[in-house]
Amino acid sequence: MKENVVIRTISRFLVPFIQVYALYVIVHGALGAGGGFQGGVVFAASFILMIIAFDLPYVRQRFNYKWIVICSVLGVTIYATIGLLCLIPSGNYLEYGAIEAALGIPHLHGYLIDAVEVGIGITVMAAMTSIIYDISNKGGESS
Amino acid sequence: MIWELDFALLLLMIICAIAAVTVRDLLYATVILSAYSLIMAVIWSEMNAVDVAFTEAAVGAGITTVLFIAAIARTGRRSSD
Repeated sequence: MKENVVIRTISRFLVPFIQVYALYVIVHGALGAGGGFQGGVVFAASFILMIIAFDLPYVRQRFNYKWIVICSVLGVTIYATIGLLCLIPSGNYLEYGAIEAALGIPHLHGYLIDAVEVGIGITVMAAMTSIIYDISNKGGESS
Repeated sequence: MIWELDFALLLLMIICAIAAVTVRDLLYATVILSAYSLIMAVIWSEMNAVDVAFTEAAVGAGITTVLFIAAIARTGRRSSD
């Protein structure tokens, strides 16, 4: 299966479309169906397709454990920072309207919702990819 | 909501659930569970819960099936009991 040209070519062609669709789901989640969690899961599905088509070490040298830790911490940090910034103009946690009223910028809460969704998506993508790496590891070389 | 479509989907889902529990081969059980999850996603979207349907299709039919298949590849395929 490793030498199968059809699977490798089709997956190499298909992975960017899956990732663009995941970004669409994350950004469009405030208006319709979808959100940070679903977009992160769809983004992790592109890594699963790459692991199935290519090998695990090929994917892992592109996106290794250091980047997984960095991405999962970065997403939680974005979420918590925007949530705590809403406390400064005496609002509740994640109350975007307080920041929008304090700064006077129109439609700011929409951008803040998108930023929080991007943080959730980054964390979910890193966690799902970590689970897939750990469960499809053949043993031997670890981390 | 269409009454007949709902009834047929629920009947198919119950059949899939019973088959996933009673089948001997674990790989067959995983595939039947994926079909169950897909029918569940159709039922959710038919009940106008598009967000839940999307989550069910992405996580239930996508990620969980891959995780189960990877776990079966690491362990045995036959059920011991």
